Amino acid sequence: MIAAGVDPISQFEIKKLAELKIGNFDISFTNSALMMVVTIALIALWLLLSTSKKSLIPGRAQSIAEISYEFIADMLRSAAGKDGMKFFPFVFALFIFILFANLLGMIPFFFTTTSHIIVTLTLALMVFFIVTFYGIWKNGFGFLKLFWPSGVPIVIKPFVCILELISYISRPISHSIRLWANVMAGHIMLKVFAGFCIMLVGAFGVVGGSLAGILPFLMTFALTPLELLVSFVQAYVFALLTCIYLSDAVHPGH
Amino acid sequence: MLNAITLIGLKLAAKKPAGDYGGKEAAEGVFPPFDSNYFATQIFWLFLTFAILYFLLSRVFLPRIGQTIEERSSRIADDLDAASRMQKEAEEAEKSYERALADAKAKAHNVAETTRQSVDAEVKAEMDAADAEAAKAAEAAELRIRGVREKAMANIEAVAADAAQATVEALTGKKPTLATVKKALN
Repeated sequence: MIAAGVDPISQFEIKKLAELKIGNFDISFTNSALMMVVTIALIALWLLLSTSKKSLIPGRAQSIAEISYEFIADMLRSAAGKDGMKFFPFVFALFIFILFANLLGMIPFFFTTTSHIIVTLTLALMVFFIVTFYGIWKNGFGFLKLFWPSGVPIVIKPFVCILELISYISRPISHSIRLWANVMAGHIMLKVFAGFCIMLVGAFGVVGGSLAGILPFLMTFALTPLELLVSFVQAYVFALLTCIYLSDAVHPGH
Repeated sequence: MLNAITLIGLKLAAKKPAGDYGGKEAAEGVFPPFDSNYFATQIFWLFLTFAILYFLLSRVFLPRIGQTIEERSSRIADDLDAASRMQKEAEEAEKSYERALADAKAKAHNVAETTRQSVDAEVKAEMDAADAEAAKAAEAAELRIRGVREKAMANIEAVAADAAQATVEALTGKKPTLATVKKALN
Protein backbone atom coordinates (compact mmCIF):
# COMPACT_ATOMS: atom_id res chain seq x y z
CA MET A 1 0.00 0.00 0.00
CA ILE A 2 2.93 2.36 0.76
CA ALA A 3 4.34 1.82 -2.72
CA ALA A 4 0.96 2.47 -4.28
CA GLY A 5 0.65 5.48 -2.00
CA VAL A 6 3.77 7.24 -3.24
CA ASP A 7 3.79 6.26 -6.90
CA PRO A 8 1.75 8.96 -8.68
CA ILE A 9 1.25 6.82 -11.78
CA SER A 10 -0.16 3.64 -10.28
CA GLN A 11 -3.54 5.32 -9.69
CA PHE A 12 -4.11 5.17 -13.45
CA GLU A 13 -3.50 1.45 -13.71
CA ILE A 14 -6.31 -0.66 -15.03
CA LYS A 15 -6.92 -3.97 -13.29
CA LYS A 16 -9.03 -6.77 -14.65
CA LEU A 17 -11.82 -7.81 -12.36
CA ALA A 18 -13.37 -10.40 -14.71
CA GLU A 19 -12.06 -11.73 -18.01
CA LEU A 20 -14.35 -11.17 -20.97
CA LYS A 21 -13.69 -11.57 -24.69
CA ILE A 22 -15.60 -10.98 -27.89
CA GLY A 23 -13.65 -12.47 -30.79
CA ASN A 24 -10.22 -10.89 -30.66
CA PHE A 25 -11.32 -8.02 -28.50
CA ASP A 26 -10.55 -8.08 -24.82
CA ILE A 27 -13.52 -6.41 -23.15
CA SER A 28 -12.81 -7.61 -19.63
CA PHE A 29 -14.69 -5.99 -16.78
CA THR A 30 -12.05 -3.74 -15.21
CA ASN A 31 -11.87 -1.21 -12.39
CA SER A 32 -12.51 1.43 -15.08
CA ALA A 33 -15.68 -0.35 -16.22
CA LEU A 34 -16.72 -0.72 -12.59
CA MET A 35 -16.39 3.03 -12.06
CA MET A 36 -18.43 3.71 -15.20
CA VAL A 37 -21.17 1.46 -13.86
CA VAL A 38 -20.97 3.15 -10.47
CA THR A 39 -21.14 6.54 -12.19
CA ILE A 40 -24.34 5.85 -14.08
CA ALA A 41 -25.83 3.97 -11.13
CA LEU A 42 -25.25 6.99 -8.89
CA ILE A 43 -26.72 9.35 -11.48
CA ALA A 44 -29.77 7.11 -11.86
CA LEU A 45 -30.18 6.84 -8.09
CA TRP A 46 -29.88 10.59 -7.63
CA LEU A 47 -32.39 11.37 -10.36
CA LEU A 48 -34.71 8.63 -9.19
CA LEU A 49 -34.81 10.03 -5.66
CA SER A 50 -34.98 13.65 -6.73
CA THR A 51 -37.75 13.22 -9.30
CA SER A 52 -39.94 10.71 -7.51
CA LYS A 53 -42.00 13.30 -5.65
CA LYS A 54 -42.46 15.89 -8.42
CA SER A 55 -43.63 18.41 -5.87
CA LEU A 56 -44.68 21.90 -6.86
CA ILE A 57 -42.30 23.43 -4.34
CA PRO A 58 -39.07 21.50 -4.88
CA GLY A 59 -37.07 20.01 -2.06
CA ARG A 60 -33.29 20.21 -1.96
CA ALA A 61 -32.57 17.21 -4.18
CA GLN A 62 -35.29 18.07 -6.66
CA SER A 63 -34.02 21.64 -6.75
CA ILE A 64 -30.51 20.48 -7.64
CA ALA A 65 -31.88 18.25 -10.41
CA GLU A 66 -33.95 21.10 -11.80
CA ILE A 67 -31.07 23.57 -11.61
CA SER A 68 -28.84 21.12 -13.52
CA TYR A 69 -31.60 20.64 -16.07
CA GLU A 70 -32.08 24.35 -16.66
CA PHE A 71 -28.35 25.05 -16.56
CA ILE A 72 -27.70 22.67 -19.46
CA ALA A 73 -30.94 23.59 -21.26
CA ASP A 74 -30.09 27.32 -21.15
CA MET A 75 -26.54 26.65 -22.28
CA LEU A 76 -27.69 24.58 -25.26
CA ARG A 77 -30.49 26.98 -26.17
CA SER A 78 -28.24 30.03 -26.13
CA ALA A 79 -25.54 28.27 -28.17
CA ALA A 80 -27.56 26.26 -30.70
CA GLY A 81 -31.02 27.80 -30.52
CA LYS A 82 -34.37 26.05 -30.38
CA ASP A 83 -33.45 23.62 -33.17
CA GLY A 84 -30.56 22.35 -31.09
CA MET A 85 -32.82 21.25 -28.23
CA LYS A 86 -33.25 17.76 -29.71
CA PHE A 87 -29.68 17.14 -28.54
CA PHE A 88 -30.52 18.11 -24.98
CA PRO A 89 -30.50 14.56 -23.55
CA PHE A 90 -27.16 13.93 -25.24
CA VAL A 91 -25.50 17.08 -23.87
CA PHE A 92 -27.02 16.51 -20.45
CA ALA A 93 -25.77 12.92 -20.44
CA LEU A 94 -22.26 14.06 -21.42
CA PHE A 95 -22.14 16.75 -18.75
CA ILE A 96 -23.51 14.66 -15.93
CA PHE A 97 -21.46 11.60 -16.85
CA ILE A 98 -18.17 13.53 -16.94
CA LEU A 99 -19.05 15.48 -13.82
CA PHE A 100 -19.88 12.38 -11.79
CA ALA A 101 -16.86 10.49 -13.15
CA ASN A 102 -14.56 13.40 -12.22
CA LEU A 103 -16.03 13.83 -8.76
CA LEU A 104 -16.02 10.10 -8.01
CA GLY A 105 -12.37 10.04 -9.03
CA MET A 106 -11.64 12.56 -6.26
CA ILE A 107 -12.49 9.95 -3.63
CA PRO A 108 -9.25 8.34 -2.43
CA PHE A 109 -8.52 4.90 -3.96
CA PHE A 110 -11.25 5.38 -6.58
CA PHE A 111 -10.29 5.04 -10.22
CA THR A 112 -10.93 8.07 -12.43
CA THR A 113 -12.38 6.97 -15.78
CA THR A 114 -11.81 10.38 -17.38
CA SER A 115 -8.07 10.17 -16.64
CA HIS A 116 -7.70 7.87 -19.66
CA ILE A 117 -7.34 9.53 -23.05
CA ILE A 118 -9.24 6.75 -24.80
CA VAL A 119 -12.37 7.54 -22.77
CA THR A 120 -12.34 11.27 -23.41
CA LEU A 121 -11.38 10.71 -27.04
CA THR A 122 -14.30 8.33 -27.51
CA LEU A 123 -16.66 10.93 -26.09
CA ALA A 124 -15.15 13.69 -28.22
CA LEU A 125 -15.32 11.56 -31.37
CA MET A 126 -18.93 10.75 -30.57
CA VAL A 127 -19.64 14.49 -30.57
CA PHE A 128 -17.58 15.00 -33.71
CA PHE A 129 -19.40 12.32 -35.71
CA ILE A 130 -22.83 13.36 -34.49
CA VAL A 131 -22.10 16.96 -35.51
CA THR A 132 -20.72 15.93 -38.88
CA PHE A 133 -23.41 13.43 -39.85
CA TYR A 134 -26.28 15.47 -38.51
CA GLY A 135 -24.93 18.56 -40.25
CA ILE A 136 -24.73 16.79 -43.59
CA TRP A 137 -28.09 15.06 -43.16
CA LYS A 138 -29.83 18.29 -42.16
CA ASN A 139 -28.16 20.78 -44.50
CA GLY A 140 -26.77 18.65 -47.34
CA PHE A 141 -24.08 20.60 -49.20
CA GLY A 142 -25.07 23.65 -47.18
CA PHE A 143 -23.00 22.16 -44.36
CA LEU A 144 -19.87 22.95 -46.38
CA LYS A 145 -20.62 26.66 -45.90
CA LEU A 146 -18.99 26.10 -42.54
CA PHE A 147 -15.64 25.94 -44.38
CA TRP A 148 -16.44 28.72 -46.86
CA PRO A 149 -17.05 31.75 -44.66
CA SER A 150 -18.89 34.72 -46.08
CA GLY A 151 -17.49 38.22 -45.78
CA VAL A 152 -13.89 37.21 -46.51
CA PRO A 153 -12.07 38.60 -49.58
CA ILE A 154 -12.04 36.01 -52.37
CA VAL A 155 -8.22 36.13 -52.60
CA ILE A 156 -7.63 34.73 -49.12
CA LYS A 157 -10.77 32.62 -49.04
CA PRO A 158 -9.03 29.34 -49.99
CA PHE A 159 -6.52 29.78 -47.18
CA VAL A 160 -9.25 30.53 -44.69
CA CYS A 161 -11.05 27.45 -45.97
CA ILE A 162 -7.97 25.28 -45.31
CA LEU A 163 -7.64 26.78 -41.82
CA GLU A 164 -11.30 26.11 -41.09
CA LEU A 165 -10.93 22.54 -42.29
CA ILE A 166 -7.89 21.91 -40.09
CA SER A 167 -9.54 23.46 -37.06
CA TYR A 168 -12.66 21.38 -37.66
CA ILE A 169 -10.72 18.14 -37.88
CA SER A 170 -8.59 18.93 -34.85
CA ARG A 171 -11.67 19.62 -32.73
CA PRO A 172 -11.99 16.12 -31.24
CA ILE A 173 -8.28 16.19 -30.32
CA SER A 174 -8.43 19.46 -28.38
CA HIS A 175 -11.84 18.55 -27.04
CA SER A 176 -10.62 15.27 -25.55
CA ILE A 177 -7.10 16.28 -24.49
CA ARG A 178 -8.37 19.32 -22.57
CA LEU A 179 -10.49 17.14 -20.30
CA TRP A 180 -8.05 14.26 -20.00
CA ALA A 181 -4.94 16.38 -19.35
CA ASN A 182 -6.66 18.47 -16.71
CA VAL A 183 -7.96 15.47 -14.82
CA MET A 184 -4.77 13.47 -15.11
CA ALA A 185 -2.43 16.35 -14.20
CA GLY A 186 -4.58 17.19 -11.20
CA HIS A 187 -4.50 13.65 -9.93
CA ILE A 188 -0.74 13.37 -10.41
CA MET A 189 -0.20 16.62 -8.50
CA LEU A 190 -2.40 15.47 -5.66
CA LYS A 191 -0.68 12.12 -5.49
CA VAL A 192 2.81 13.66 -5.60
CA PHE A 193 2.15 16.01 -2.68
CA ALA A 194 0.29 13.40 -0.68
CA GLY A 195 3.10 10.94 -1.38
CA PHE A 196 5.64 13.44 -0.08
CA CYS A 197 4.09 13.25 3.36
CA ILE A 198 4.52 9.48 3.45
CA MET A 199 8.05 9.61 2.09
CA LEU A 200 9.10 12.24 4.63
CA VAL A 201 7.78 10.08 7.45
CA GLY A 202 9.76 7.18 5.96
CA ALA A 203 12.91 9.31 5.77
CA PHE A 204 12.86 11.27 9.05
CA GLY A 205 10.77 9.10 11.35
CA VAL A 206 7.30 9.82 12.63
CA VAL A 207 8.02 13.07 14.52
CA GLY A 208 10.49 14.70 12.12
CA GLY A 209 8.60 13.46 9.08
CA SER A 210 5.31 14.79 10.39
CA LEU A 211 6.85 18.22 11.03
CA ALA A 212 8.50 18.31 7.62
CA GLY A 213 5.35 16.98 6.04
CA ILE A 214 3.25 19.95 7.04
CA LEU A 215 4.04 21.84 3.83
CA PRO A 216 3.15 19.10 1.35
CA PHE A 217 0.13 18.31 3.49
CA LEU A 218 -1.07 21.92 3.26
CA MET A 219 -0.45 21.78 -0.48
CA THR A 220 -2.59 18.65 -0.78
CA PHE A 221 -5.20 20.33 1.37
CA ALA A 222 -5.27 23.36 -0.94
CA LEU A 223 -5.20 21.31 -4.14
CA THR A 224 -8.21 19.18 -3.23
CA PRO A 225 -10.86 21.94 -3.54
CA LEU A 226 -9.06 23.20 -6.65
CA GLU A 227 -9.39 19.76 -8.21
CA LEU A 228 -13.07 19.61 -7.23
CA LEU A 229 -13.50 22.90 -9.06
CA VAL A 230 -11.58 21.57 -12.05
CA SER A 231 -13.88 18.52 -12.06
CA PHE A 232 -16.88 20.77 -12.49
CA VAL A 233 -15.27 23.27 -14.84
CA GLN A 234 -13.97 20.59 -17.19
CA ALA A 235 -17.36 18.88 -17.36
CA TYR A 236 -18.89 22.29 -18.06
CA VAL A 237 -16.32 23.15 -20.73
CA PHE A 238 -16.79 19.79 -22.44
CA ALA A 239 -20.56 20.29 -22.54
CA LEU A 240 -20.24 23.92 -23.63
CA LEU A 241 -17.94 23.04 -26.53
CA THR A 242 -20.34 20.27 -27.50
CA CYS A 243 -23.13 22.88 -27.64
CA ILE A 244 -21.02 25.20 -29.79
CA TYR A 245 -20.11 22.36 -32.18
CA LEU A 246 -23.75 21.30 -32.35
CA SER A 247 -24.75 24.82 -33.29
CA ASP A 248 -22.50 24.47 -36.37
CA ALA A 249 -24.48 21.39 -37.37
CA VAL A 250 -27.80 23.14 -36.83
CA HIS A 251 -26.90 26.50 -38.40
CA PRO A 252 -23.77 26.05 -40.54
CA GLY A 253 -24.13 29.46 -42.21
CA HIS A 254 -24.01 31.30 -38.85
CA MET B 1 8.50 25.60 -8.96
CA LEU B 2 5.64 23.17 -9.03
CA ASN B 3 7.17 21.36 -11.96
CA ALA B 4 10.42 20.99 -10.12
CA ILE B 5 8.65 19.54 -7.10
CA THR B 6 6.70 17.20 -9.36
CA LEU B 7 9.92 16.00 -10.97
CA ILE B 8 11.52 15.34 -7.59
CA GLY B 9 8.41 13.47 -6.56
CA LEU B 10 8.52 11.34 -9.68
CA LYS B 11 12.20 10.57 -9.15
CA LEU B 12 11.69 9.63 -5.52
CA ALA B 13 8.75 7.50 -6.52
CA ALA B 14 10.84 5.69 -9.14
CA LYS B 15 13.45 4.82 -6.52
CA LYS B 16 10.89 2.85 -4.53
CA PRO B 17 10.85 -0.92 -5.01
CA ALA B 18 9.02 -1.57 -8.25
CA GLY B 19 5.26 -1.29 -7.93
CA ASP B 20 4.00 -3.91 -10.38
CA TYR B 21 2.96 -1.68 -13.23
CA GLY B 22 -0.30 -2.50 -14.95
CA GLY B 23 -0.67 -6.21 -14.24
CA LYS B 24 0.82 -9.02 -16.28
CA GLU B 25 -0.40 -8.11 -19.77
CA ALA B 26 0.65 -4.47 -19.59
CA ALA B 27 3.92 -3.67 -21.29
CA GLU B 28 6.50 -2.75 -18.66
CA GLY B 29 6.89 0.97 -18.11
CA VAL B 30 4.02 2.04 -20.36
CA PHE B 31 2.15 5.02 -18.98
CA PRO B 32 -1.22 3.40 -18.17
CA PRO B 33 -3.41 5.88 -20.09
CA PHE B 34 -1.41 5.02 -23.24
CA ASP B 35 -1.62 1.24 -22.76
CA SER B 36 -3.47 0.13 -25.88
CA ASN B 37 -4.21 -3.31 -24.41
CA TYR B 38 -7.04 -1.75 -22.48
CA PHE B 39 -8.47 0.49 -25.19
CA ALA B 40 -11.09 -1.99 -26.42
CA THR B 41 -12.55 -2.72 -23.00
CA GLN B 42 -12.79 0.96 -22.09
CA ILE B 43 -14.50 1.86 -25.36
CA PHE B 44 -16.88 -1.06 -24.98
CA TRP B 45 -17.89 -0.27 -21.41
CA LEU B 46 -18.07 3.44 -22.10
CA PHE B 47 -20.48 2.89 -24.99
CA LEU B 48 -22.53 0.44 -22.93
CA THR B 49 -22.83 2.61 -19.81
CA PHE B 50 -23.26 5.83 -21.78
CA ALA B 51 -26.00 4.28 -23.90
CA ILE B 52 -27.85 3.12 -20.78
CA LEU B 53 -27.44 6.57 -19.23
CA TYR B 54 -28.65 8.27 -22.41
CA PHE B 55 -31.67 5.99 -22.58
CA LEU B 56 -32.58 6.58 -18.93
CA LEU B 57 -32.16 10.34 -19.25
CA SER B 58 -34.01 10.82 -22.53
CA ARG B 59 -36.87 8.42 -21.76
CA VAL B 60 -37.39 8.73 -18.03
CA PHE B 61 -35.64 11.41 -16.03
CA LEU B 62 -35.38 14.46 -18.28
CA PRO B 63 -39.05 14.35 -19.40
CA ARG B 64 -40.01 14.00 -15.76
CA ILE B 65 -37.98 17.03 -14.65
CA GLY B 66 -39.11 19.01 -17.69
CA GLN B 67 -42.74 18.22 -16.97
CA THR B 68 -42.41 19.31 -13.36
CA ILE B 69 -40.81 22.60 -14.39
CA GLU B 70 -43.47 23.10 -17.07
CA GLU B 71 -46.29 22.43 -14.61
CA ARG B 72 -44.82 24.81 -12.12
CA SER B 73 -44.36 27.64 -14.61
CA SER B 74 -47.90 27.23 -15.97
CA ARG B 75 -49.22 27.16 -12.43
CA ILE B 76 -47.31 30.33 -11.61
CA ALA B 77 -48.63 31.99 -14.78
CA ASP B 78 -52.18 31.00 -13.81
CA ASP B 79 -51.72 32.36 -10.33
CA LEU B 80 -50.32 35.61 -11.68
CA ASP B 81 -53.31 35.91 -14.03
CA ALA B 82 -55.71 35.33 -11.16
CA ALA B 83 -53.86 37.85 -9.02
CA SER B 84 -53.96 40.54 -11.70
CA ARG B 85 -57.65 39.84 -12.30
CA MET B 86 -58.37 40.17 -8.59
CA GLN B 87 -56.39 43.37 -8.46
CA LYS B 88 -58.44 44.77 -11.32
CA GLU B 89 -61.62 43.79 -9.52
CA ALA B 90 -60.41 45.43 -6.35
CA GLU B 91 -59.58 48.59 -8.26
CA GLU B 92 -63.04 48.63 -9.79
CA ALA B 93 -64.63 48.13 -6.39
CA GLU B 94 -62.58 50.99 -5.03
CA LYS B 95 -63.64 53.19 -7.93
CA SER B 96 -67.33 52.41 -7.45
CA TYR B 97 -66.95 53.00 -3.73
CA GLU B 98 -65.43 56.38 -4.42
CA ARG B 99 -68.19 57.19 -6.86
CA ALA B 100 -70.84 56.27 -4.27
CA LEU B 101 -69.03 58.35 -1.70
CA ALA B 102 -68.95 61.38 -4.00
CA ASP B 103 -72.65 60.93 -4.81
CA ALA B 104 -73.54 60.78 -1.16
CA LYS B 105 -71.47 63.86 -0.44
CA ALA B 106 -73.17 65.81 -3.22
CA LYS B 107 -76.56 64.71 -2.00
CA ALA B 108 -75.80 65.71 1.56
CA HIS B 109 -74.63 69.10 0.31
CA ASN B 110 -77.87 69.53 -1.65
CA VAL B 111 -79.98 68.69 1.36
CA ALA B 112 -78.11 71.14 3.52
CA GLU B 113 -78.47 73.86 0.91
CA THR B 114 -82.22 73.40 0.48
CA THR B 115 -82.72 73.25 4.21
CA ARG B 116 -80.75 76.44 4.65
CA GLN B 117 -82.77 78.18 1.94
CA SER B 118 -86.11 77.13 3.41
CA VAL B 119 -85.04 78.18 6.87
CA ASP B 120 -83.86 81.52 5.48
CA ALA B 121 -87.19 82.03 3.73
CA GLU B 122 -89.10 81.20 6.88
CA VAL B 123 -87.03 83.57 8.95
CA LYS B 124 -87.52 86.31 6.38
CA ALA B 125 -91.27 85.75 6.26
CA GLU B 126 -91.55 85.90 10.01
CA MET B 127 -89.40 89.01 10.17
CA ASP B 128 -91.58 90.66 7.51
CA ALA B 129 -94.72 89.75 9.41
CA ALA B 130 -93.28 91.14 12.61
CA ASP B 131 -92.21 94.32 10.83
CA ALA B 132 -95.69 94.79 9.38
CA GLU B 133 -97.27 94.27 12.80
CA ALA B 134 -94.91 96.71 14.39
CA ALA B 135 -95.64 99.32 11.71
CA LYS B 136 -99.33 98.84 12.26
CA ALA B 137 -98.97 99.24 16.00
CA ALA B 138 -96.85 102.39 15.51
CA GLU B 139 -99.47 103.90 13.22
CA ALA B 140 -102.24 103.20 15.72
CA ALA B 141 -100.19 104.74 18.47
CA GLU B 142 -99.49 107.85 16.41
CA LEU B 143 -103.21 108.18 15.64
CA ARG B 144 -104.06 107.99 19.32
CA ILE B 145 -101.38 110.51 20.20
CA ARG B 146 -102.72 112.93 17.63
CA GLY B 147 -106.25 112.49 19.02
CA VAL B 148 -105.03 113.08 22.54
CA ARG B 149 -103.06 116.13 21.47
CA GLU B 150 -106.06 117.64 19.62
CA LYS B 151 -108.23 116.99 22.62
CA ALA B 152 -105.66 118.54 24.86
CA MET B 153 -105.42 121.63 22.63
CA ALA B 154 -109.21 121.95 22.74
CA ASN B 155 -109.15 121.68 26.50
CA ILE B 156 -106.46 124.38 26.72
CA GLU B 157 -108.83 126.90 25.00
CA ALA B 158 -111.59 126.15 27.45
CA VAL B 159 -109.24 126.35 30.44
CA ALA B 160 -107.78 129.65 29.17
CA ALA B 161 -111.28 131.09 28.71
CA ASP B 162 -112.25 130.01 32.18
CA ALA B 163 -109.09 131.50 33.61
CA ALA B 164 -109.60 134.77 31.72
CA GLN B 165 -113.24 135.00 32.81
CA ALA B 166 -112.23 134.44 36.40
CA THR B 167 -109.39 137.00 36.14
CA VAL B 168 -111.67 139.63 34.59
CA GLU B 169 -114.33 139.00 37.22
CA ALA B 170 -111.82 139.38 39.97
CA LEU B 171 -110.41 142.60 38.51
CA THR B 172 -113.65 144.30 37.50
CA GLY B 173 -116.27 142.54 39.60
CA LYS B 174 -118.16 141.85 36.47
CA LYS B 175 -118.32 138.54 34.92
CA PRO B 176 -117.93 138.70 31.16
CA THR B 177 -119.70 136.18 29.07
CA LEU B 178 -117.86 133.24 27.80
CA ALA B 179 -118.33 134.29 24.22
CA THR B 180 -116.76 137.67 24.87
CA VAL B 181 -113.80 136.12 26.56
CA LYS B 182 -113.33 133.67 23.73
CA LYS B 183 -113.49 136.46 21.20
CA ALA B 184 -110.94 138.44 23.15
CA LEU B 185 -108.59 135.45 23.43
CA ASN B 186 -108.63 134.66 19.77
